[in-house]
Amino acid sequence: MAYFNEIFTGTKSLFVGLGITIKEFFKPVVTVQYPHETITMSARFRGHIELTRDLDTGGNKCIVCGMCQKACPSGCITVEGEKREGVKGKVLTVYRLDFTKCSLCGMCVESCKPSAIDFSKDYNLAGPSREAYVFDLLKRLEEQR
Amino acid sequence: MNNELIRLLAFLVGIIAFAALNAAYLVWVERKGAAHFQRRIGPKEVGPYGLLQPLADGVKLMTKQLLVPDGVDPILFKIAPIMLLVPAIMSFVTIPFGEHLAARNIDLGLLMIFAFASVNVLGLLLGAWGSANKYAVIAAARVISQNIAYEIPMLLTTIALIMATSTMNLNEIVSQQGGGIWNWNLIRLTWSASPLTPIAFLIFFTTMLAETNRAPFDMAEAESELVAGAFTEYSGMGFGVFFMGEYANIVIGAALTTILFLGGWQSPLPFLPNSVIWFLIKMYAIIFTVVWIRWTYPRTQFYNLLNLSWKILIPFSLANLIVTAGWLKVF
Repeated sequence: MAYFNEIFTGTKSLFVGLGITIKEFFKPVVTVQYPHETITMSARFRGHIELTRDLDTGGNKCIVCGMCQKACPSGCITVEGEKREGVKGKVLTVYRLDFTKCSLCGMCVESCKPSAIDFSKDYNLAGPSREAYVFDLLKRLEEQR
Repeated sequence: MNNELIRLLAFLVGIIAFAALNAAYLVWVERKGAAHFQRRIGPKEVGPYGLLQPLADGVKLMTKQLLVPDGVDPILFKIAPIMLLVPAIMSFVTIPFGEHLAARNIDLGLLMIFAFASVNVLGLLLGAWGSANKYAVIAAARVISQNIAYEIPMLLTTIALIMATSTMNLNEIVSQQGGGIWNWNLIRLTWSASPLTPIAFLIFFTTMLAETNRAPFDMAEAESELVAGAFTEYSGMGFGVFFMGEYANIVIGAALTTILFLGGWQSPLPFLPNSVIWFLIKMYAIIFTVVWIRWTYPRTQFYNLLNLSWKILIPFSLANLIVTAGWLKVF
């Protein structure tokens, strides 16, 4: 009797399985067809860092204090600035990120008092050489304008 | 005579084209089916709906070098794919696609198909043995014991069916199932067939899956345990021909199921005309079910596979045989 019971329940479970898969067959597709369509990244997505825009002046908010440079455990940030006449404080001239060494820890973003840097939402990162990953963030901000 | 020759040539070309097209497009169906069962899209870039994908695959396989590794048996290694494909194509000779659409209407057509079906396992065995690869040999040993185990219930259910039809002529078997869906052997509501035919159909379908080495009985190509099983050493068109043979076998299996149980080219309702279209609809429905099953069940363990055959399918098909014999004697 156990023999027939096993056959019956086994066969039944096979048909239940078929029922589940055929239901999935007619449900809409869930995959994103990546190169043709992209999804917007979530608000807390951590891409490489980028300079945030100062909405008043249209430029960057960096005060060249160098805190990010000091906070970076991998030493991938280079910040340089100069004194200009008629401008209070220093003006940013170079902000270079060596993304080959960056581990996206976010220490730089945390250490930045004026919130001049933030994570970008850029994930389409592909390049032909190592040098392509040394980003000039100042230039990037200019280009985004 | 001349007419007969032209007829045969037309059928030869037609059958080879049908087998090749099916092999190519069943890969597409398989991939599309697999994708949609997993809620993906599947091939979509090459041509509309990825319809040119089989063509691209074919070109890729044909342009690849035919690699014959060191240490293989050169003759067995090369003839094995053909040994698998030829019996499959030979079986098409007697398949009645329509009422008058069969290359040869042989009286022992069913026997001929079973005879050739047992040869195609030999192709797998020779290829696996010839390629001197441990995975291939393990796969071949599994396939052989699987085929021995599943040929028995398949033939037993078929014998029970033949007792009811009292002919091995496939066209004749189809003709007997005319006049509507209730006359098909699957659910025949007459005194001339035993009431166990739905169970016979299930057994036949299961053994058909095993005979064609389809999931969940795909021991010949258990990619997660045996690399690519019997095809491990094959590349290029050698692999391609193996694949064509496999898919041609699926078409044969589905066609045979259609003929034996689902009334072949007979229409499901009496007032609709009989046509080759019915045959194709039924056959492709069976093939879709085969794909559906592949993407539903995981591969069975080898012991369970043999247990299923020896402990369940063979006793049941024997019982079916006896009940059918008694039924036919009494009524």
